[in-house]
Amino acid sequence: MSHTHVDAAPSVAKTPAGARYPDAYGRFGPFGGRYVPETLMSALHQLEADYLRLSADPGFQEELQYYLTHYSGRPTPLYFAERLTEHLGGARIYLKREDLNHTGAHKINNTIGQALLALKTGKRRVIAETGAGQHGVATATVAARFGLACTVFMGEEDMRRQALNVFRMRMLGAEVVPATTGTRTLKDATNEAIRHWVEHVEDTYYIIGSVVGPHPYPRIVRDFQRVIGDETKRQMLEREDRLPDAVVACVGGGSNAMGMFYPFIEDDGVELIGVEAAGDGLETERHAASIARGRPGVLHGALTYLLQDEYGQVTPAHSISAGLDYPGIGPEHAWLHQSGRARYVPVTDQEALDAFYLLSKLEGIIPALESAHAVAQAIKEAPRMGRDQVLVICLSGRGDKDVEQIARLTGGMADGTA
Amino acid sequence: MERLERAFRKRVDRAAFIPFLNTGDPSFDRSLAFFRAVLRAGADILEIGAPYSDPLADGPVIQASALRSLQAGFRLPQVFEAASALRPETDAGLVLFTYINPVLQYGLERFFSDARTAGADGVVIPDLPFEESDPVRAVADSHGIALIPLVAPTSGEDRIAGICRQARGFVYCVSSLGVTGERARMSARLQELVQTARRYTEVPVAVGFGVSRPDQAHEIAGFADGVIVGSAIVRRIGEAVAAGRGDEALLASVSGFAGALIEALHRTGAAATPTLR
Repeated sequence: MSHTHVDAAPSVAKTPAGARYPDAYGRFGPFGGRYVPETLMSALHQLEADYLRLSADPGFQEELQYYLTHYSGRPTPLYFAERLTEHLGGARIYLKREDLNHTGAHKINNTIGQALLALKTGKRRVIAETGAGQHGVATATVAARFGLACTVFMGEEDMRRQALNVFRMRMLGAEVVPATTGTRTLKDATNEAIRHWVEHVEDTYYIIGSVVGPHPYPRIVRDFQRVIGDETKRQMLEREDRLPDAVVACVGGGSNAMGMFYPFIEDDGVELIGVEAAGDGLETERHAASIARGRPGVLHGALTYLLQDEYGQVTPAHSISAGLDYPGIGPEHAWLHQSGRARYVPVTDQEALDAFYLLSKLEGIIPALESAHAVAQAIKEAPRMGRDQVLVICLSGRGDKDVEQIARLTGGMADGTA
Repeated sequence: MERLERAFRKRVDRAAFIPFLNTGDPSFDRSLAFFRAVLRAGADILEIGAPYSDPLADGPVIQASALRSLQAGFRLPQVFEAASALRPETDAGLVLFTYINPVLQYGLERFFSDARTAGADGVVIPDLPFEESDPVRAVADSHGIALIPLVAPTSGEDRIAGICRQARGFVYCVSSLGVTGERARMSARLQELVQTARRYTEVPVAVGFGVSRPDQAHEIAGFADGVIVGSAIVRRIGEAVAAGRGDEALLASVSGFAGALIEALHRTGAAATPTLR
């Protein structure tokens, strides 16, 4: 039995064989599982069976590939950031340009895949939760493309921060429902989406946007996002005839990071670096660093690291970036952390903002605030590495959605000098 | 655990009445007064709610109640305190209702040990499905606490069989799809669900989620052993708190509603079929 609870974590293997996880119980080491109301359990078992059948079907894979290529614009470039590399004076830096996907972020890799799952399993209606709005937009987009009814749950606070994305979703024909409970951010939007799914489970497909939630979602989302890492590996071998020394990705729930990391898990020479949002700083209470400051516990159906008080009440997260403003993290990340295969580091709001400006000015690429956290960590890592080494940043999304918020924060000083 | 069985068996003329209230809403003492009011009205089993920040199985009424309790500073220790205070006063079964994360953080062993000491008879954990329940049930069993499982309208017969074979105390039958909250109509499949559960267990089967009116309670009493009512009671507390009403009127309202529900739980005519063997 892999029913291992918090107080009985198993001994840890140094290099987990990624391909083996999750196990039959939906566990990544001790993490993961299915802690949801009984009403959802049959749907989760059915989804698991449908997914295993369809993902092994060459016809399904071919169709998925078609939409990734012709609708989303894959493969995305692996771009050598020459000026950033020169500026930092260390490792050669490449950007995996997920920001060039249709809808502006990696999220669509997963929503195309899950929309196809919904279609093939006869569901005509999809729901989703969203933080920054990128997953909501990606879901509304594929719902429009495939003729599915779509409802997106979004925290009231996030709707304010990301008004443009709310507008985009509505233009695409989706209904956007504000989550008005708790901190009115991604955590609460996810609660509302799960509650809604409990009531409509018989005719509704829930497109979870990250590698979180009950089994089999963390695996499904990882599998649909691994195209990021698979392409990076292939492109890196073509360009440099070698694997990178390190890959860096931001982690909220952690789908772009898991997609980038997964194909490299068994390549011991590749360091995997996940960047958590440290908000105002780890010494404050305003951050979203679940691994640095959290403990294992259950959130949204999975055992994983989360921010909580002594008695297991989930505590609010904070990040300048709505997409990282989440008190938990995907269970596979919890396992990669506990097993030592990946390293998770904190980056503050201010460091992310500085990186946002630096990349914009040196490369002419405006990153999403989420992705700016990964850039900020690369700024720390690259100078410590040799000029013969290679660092890949997963540039998970573009920053158009954040321009308005940054204008507000800086009093309209577009060069960040405010 | 025997106390739970007795709570069902002592009633042959009516189904057991199982009210749910959160601890600490709106204060510890006032919540104790509500527990006492429903006990005086004739509750057979109390569901003592532990507040949780992210109650996935609960609708707006119980979410708001949990939030009031949390904001007043209440956590698991006060839930045990509530059970300890009530235990000497009643023979009714005491069941704690909590989500899994507070239990894990408190520690499984410590949780069930303290539950036992407080005089609790059972625990309901709505986000702990059958697949994840083995290690929890083992500790619960070792302390003589019943881990009460839930079955839902979406549970297939194989699942129901598996769940019911491991059932302790009673089986908590979820009346309809969705979270807790008052509903105008009960699922047509409910009676069938209860009957399926009975095929696989000897323990009583109680129905909850959505039961809000005496006529619904009466209908369910015709085929189930107990009826759980939460949101319809908790809503009265929420409204009174919002209106700033004092305890006197609120206690009368809670007691009166509990009395009406109990009256409705009496079985009539052909429906008077005590189902316990």
